[in-house]
Amino acid sequence: MREEPENIVELEHVAAGYPSETVLEDVTFSVRRGEIFILLGGSGCGKSTIMKHLAGLNPVVSGRLAVCGMEWTPRNRAKLCRRIGVMFQSGALFGSMTCLENVLLPLEEFSGLGRTERRLKAESLLSDVGLADAADKMPSEISGGMRKRVAIARAMALDPAVLFLDEPGAGLDPVTSAGLDDLVLRLRAERGTTFVVVSHELESIFKIGDRCAMFDRARRAMVALGAPQELKSGSKDPFVRAFFNRGRTNG
Amino acid sequence: MGFLDSLGRAAAAKVESFSALCSFTGETAAAILLLPFRPRRFRFGDFAMALQRASWDALAVVSGAGVLLGVILAFESATALKMFGAEVYVSDLLAIGIFRELGPLITAIILAGRTSSAFAAEIGTMKAGEEIDALVTMGLKPVRFLVPPRIAATVVAMPVLTVCAELAALFGGAAVLRMMDVPPAVYWDHVKSTTGPWMISYGLLKSALFGFIAGFMGCFCGLKTEPTADGVGKAATAAVVGSIVAVGVADGIIAAVGYLMEG
Ligand SMILES: Nc1ncnc2c1ncn2[C@@H]1O[C@H](COP(=O)(O)OP(=O)(O)O)[C@@H](O)[C@H]1O
Ligand SMILES: [Mg+2]
Repeated sequence: MREEPENIVELEHVAAGYPSETVLEDVTFSVRRGEIFILLGGSGCGKSTIMKHLAGLNPVVSGRLAVCGMEWTPRNRAKLCRRIGVMFQSGALFGSMTCLENVLLPLEEFSGLGRTERRLKAESLLSDVGLADAADKMPSEISGGMRKRVAIARAMALDPAVLFLDEPGAGLDPVTSAGLDDLVLRLRAERGTTFVVVSHELESIFKIGDRCAMFDRARRAMVALGAPQELKSGSKDPFVRAFFNRGRTNG
Repeated sequence: MGFLDSLGRAAAAKVESFSALCSFTGETAAAILLLPFRPRRFRFGDFAMALQRASWDALAVVSGAGVLLGVILAFESATALKMFGAEVYVSDLLAIGIFRELGPLITAIILAGRTSSAFAAEIGTMKAGEEIDALVTMGLKPVRFLVPPRIAATVVAMPVLTVCAELAALFGGAAVLRMMDVPPAVYWDHVKSTTGPWMISYGLLKSALFGFIAGFMGCFCGLKTEPTADGVGKAATAAVVGSIVAVGVADGIIAAVGYLMEG
């Protein structure tokens, strides 16, 4: 096993955004090894933007961002890509390939395994996410929740140190969504994977989240950082309290 | 402010798209030149699929366009040559025009409309669906992954399609001349004596180049797609227009250089 640093993800005074606009100013947080870290906030507040920075899709213009102890420089890119797995908000499966082929692709390109081993591994990944029987379906033939699970299987293929999941539960029925939460917890228990998860669902945040960072679009800033329980009871910020206590009479 | 501002913006956009074109050209060149060293990186399945769509699926429309081209050229040139009682030379004119110029050109225009736009739409849809981003985060270079198999497909498909268009055009011409009482045997004799292997291979080399251009433009416009509702449509249009313009420019340069070298 390779040694990972204590902080898998580190952001120091990062201005998150695009060349055309800064979405969040001065974001600072770090994610410890083995932690499940939640990014939350209203729609359009910049959660996916942060994810794209973390995944190296969007260069950071000011501040420092390190993943697995490395910054996203051209020299580190190949190494870093092997340590992360990303599930995009839409799943982003390759539409011209079957589910199994989607999972096989990273194995073919990087694993060095033989043909049969690769196939076995891909099949076992699919059954890990409960989709062994969807192997030969095209992404367009399965539901949104199934696509997201295939995407998680694909992201896990090379045993990354950290998985970035963008809204795994959004738009899914409660049962499927709870199934994804269980999957995340199981993966961490089995493989020690670190997770950064974008989520809105209070239930899922309390169930899987060790700590979370909350963002506010209006203030263009991170407004809270801490364990969900702590924020729910102890936060002074009315915006944060309102989010954690919405629709709940007691906790 | 308003005018200068928009002028500046337009100039900046031009510079930006030119630099995007340059970096795409560089990446494509690197991807193709590295291919012999890593042949297993070539995505053969994508190539086969793209080749089938670019060639087999286009055969009917290319042949149809070829027949029309031959018929129209024959009628038009016969009207002029008839005044001198020289209808039989329509066959020479047809052969030269088709093999040197019009066969490759009309095939390239069809390929631009069918295949270049399809590449742009396909890759553009991948871009809009974050599939390109997914490739990048896996550590795969989108250009190396997507472009070589598609360009290879159009480069192989174009000469094949061009031959079909040319044969179809010659048969179209033959039919017209037969109506004008030029016997087929005489027609084909004239065609054979004016064309030679050099002329035919000149046309086919050009057509392979046009295939490269159409594949290249399709991939470039696809990768440049904006992730908006009409982004994919715009990319497909840009691919068709870009391919046809670039083919025209390339053809013009080749013709001019050929003329200067002969003269
Ligand atoms: N490619 C882009 N270029 C410029 N601005 C963008 C881009 N993508 C998203 N934005 C803007 O960034 C803000 C945050 O978007 P996003 O991170 O997707 O929000 P969410 O928290 O819902 O995931 C939005 O206001 C959006 O308009
Ligand atoms: Mg989002």
